[in-house]
Amino acid sequence: MLLSLYRSLRSYRGFILGSVQREFQARYRNSLFGALWPIFNPLSMIIVYTVIFSHIMRARLPGVADGMAYSIYLCAGLLAWGLFSEITLRSQNMFLDNANLLKKISFPRICLPVIVLINAGINFAIIISLFLGFLLITGRWPGIALLALIPLIALQMMFCAGLGMVLGVLNVFFRDVGQLFGICLQFWFWLTPIVYPITILPEWLQSLLRFNPLTNLIASYQNVFLYGQWPAWSSLLPAFMIGAVFCAIGLRLFRQRVGEMVDEL
Amino acid sequence: MGHIRVTGLGKAYKQYPSRWSRLAEWLIPFSRLRHNRHWVLKDLTFEIPAGQAVGIVGVNGAGKSTLLKMITGTSRQTCGTIELTGRVAALLELGMGFHPDFTGRQNAVMAGQLLGMQLEEINALMSQIESFAEIGAAIDHPVRTYSSGMQMRLAFSVATARRPDILIVDEALSVGDAYFQHKSFERIRSFREAGTTLLIVSHDRSAIQSICDTAILLDGGRLAMHDRPEAVMDYYNALLAEREGQIVRQEMLGGGHVQTVSGTGEAGIVRVRLLDESERLIEAAEVGQPVVLAVDVEVRQDIERLVLGFMIKDRLGQPMYGINTHRQNQALENLRAGERINYRFAFVMGLGKGNYSVALSLSRLDSHLDRNFEWRDFGLVFHVINNRREDFVGCSWLNAQTTISRHTEVGHVEHTP
Repeated sequence: MLLSLYRSLRSYRGFILGSVQREFQARYRNSLFGALWPIFNPLSMIIVYTVIFSHIMRARLPGVADGMAYSIYLCAGLLAWGLFSEITLRSQNMFLDNANLLKKISFPRICLPVIVLINAGINFAIIISLFLGFLLITGRWPGIALLALIPLIALQMMFCAGLGMVLGVLNVFFRDVGQLFGICLQFWFWLTPIVYPITILPEWLQSLLRFNPLTNLIASYQNVFLYGQWPAWSSLLPAFMIGAVFCAIGLRLFRQRVGEMVDEL
Repeated sequence: MGHIRVTGLGKAYKQYPSRWSRLAEWLIPFSRLRHNRHWVLKDLTFEIPAGQAVGIVGVNGAGKSTLLKMITGTSRQTCGTIELTGRVAALLELGMGFHPDFTGRQNAVMAGQLLGMQLEEINALMSQIESFAEIGAAIDHPVRTYSSGMQMRLAFSVATARRPDILIVDEALSVGDAYFQHKSFERIRSFREAGTTLLIVSHDRSAIQSICDTAILLDGGRLAMHDRPEAVMDYYNALLAEREGQIVRQEMLGGGHVQTVSGTGEAGIVRVRLLDESERLIEAAEVGQPVVLAVDVEVRQDIERLVLGFMIKDRLGQPMYGINTHRQNQALENLRAGERINYRFAFVMGLGKGNYSVALSLSRLDSHLDRNFEWRDFGLVFHVINNRREDFVGCSWLNAQTTISRHTEVGHVEHTP
């Protein structure tokens, strides 16, 4: 089954790459600055957080005197969260948004999640490289530990793809899923240490947040960028397991329901 | 390549009594099925050999589109199997997925990719696509500036850039203007000659009869008939007029013709004859010969109004000439049971040589769809031969009178044959 999915993806690689390319073109087609916009957006985010938090609000990470530290902590978390929310939100609507195409044209449906993943990956790559440029300029280059980003991103992509697939299929049959997940995402964001460091929480709440698979994942990003620290790989095991389960459920749902889906669109 | 075999095909949509019952069915393990199945297609079995052209007919809602969707693969069958060999292309939704902000060329690339082509393939085909679409420099303008006809042209050109093994055509789509319709039809025809299997959905009798080898009639989601196009179209016409109390029967005539008779039977056709000038019965008429089509009608119940119509059709079933007494302002009124009426239609045989059949209808008004007393296909079969006139081509004898003049520089000499 995986083999046949791979084969259809391979034979439709032209469509997948074309769609990714077109999505970028479509977004900035009638704008004067075109390709610069995907750079301006994250750049402004980095600047805003740095200026506001470290210089105006003078927020400090506990135990670190450096003013830049908090904004790097914040940016690292927000970047990783951005990847997560982009993939899941886009995945949950990928079948609904392409209803017309799905109803009228026969092509391997598995192309759609792949397009979402590649798109999000490219967006993320743009932001990460800007962020790295920022780190280089401010003299906070994390060093060799950056290599840890590769497995981290792979793990996160897998987690998001699995969850996204489950949401995407369910959303076709139960439109409540989309609404519900939007709300969940709000809570999830604040229940993940992104804006605040986990250490400011009481002990019992900290141990509760450890059940959130994103807590350790995002902490790993923060440690890489802030301290140049390698992730504690064993702490990522739960995220990996849950991601694998999502993928398995997602693929199963997809396979069972892909035919029925067209009737519901 | 291009073979289609459909076995026991069925399609049902799930209908849940409430929104929650689907959730219950999904979540509760080993739960009973909580949905009803609404069957739109059932027990379809047929086989189409490679290279054949098959028409699919049926009233709206008979399941034609559902069948095509399953053959193209967009919709999945509930039961049964579809076996296909070769590449399928569908001209069902032309221009689907065109993005208005992109140029025609970019959209052509995208449409090609949706069909599973790689960029190099599309680029290789691009000049051919451009020249077939004939939209000129507009190919590099955004599609939002296109007229719908231009969009259709481009979409058709992309969809048919490669010859598919199976081509599915929804005839409802009319591709652009008359010129392009001819051109696209020519392309479909050339595909067919090269061995492409054709599946055509159409309500147009002449389209089906002129292209198709066989036709499939769907009625209420079932295969009602799979036979030669004429027989199927006759049966379909009869079905259209069918109402409570109407009978439809078909008989095999000699020469492989199937006679379809339907109607409510208040009046009936007793005898149909073709006569020559001296009232002799003939089976073959000469081109240009004066003939009489004599029809005897019997009235079985009192009816207020009666119209007799006849239609001469060629061997493909294409109408050559048809008229009825309503249009000739000779409809009869207030008829009593037991009356017999003799109709005589006298005309000069202006048809070319070949086999023709006559279909007849007895109705109340102009169309047999209102009240159909009797509809009879193949009421009469006759030949037209050409021994006396010059050997012309085509199905109408226009009896051209020719005048030719030749001119030289010195003066001119007129010559009349």
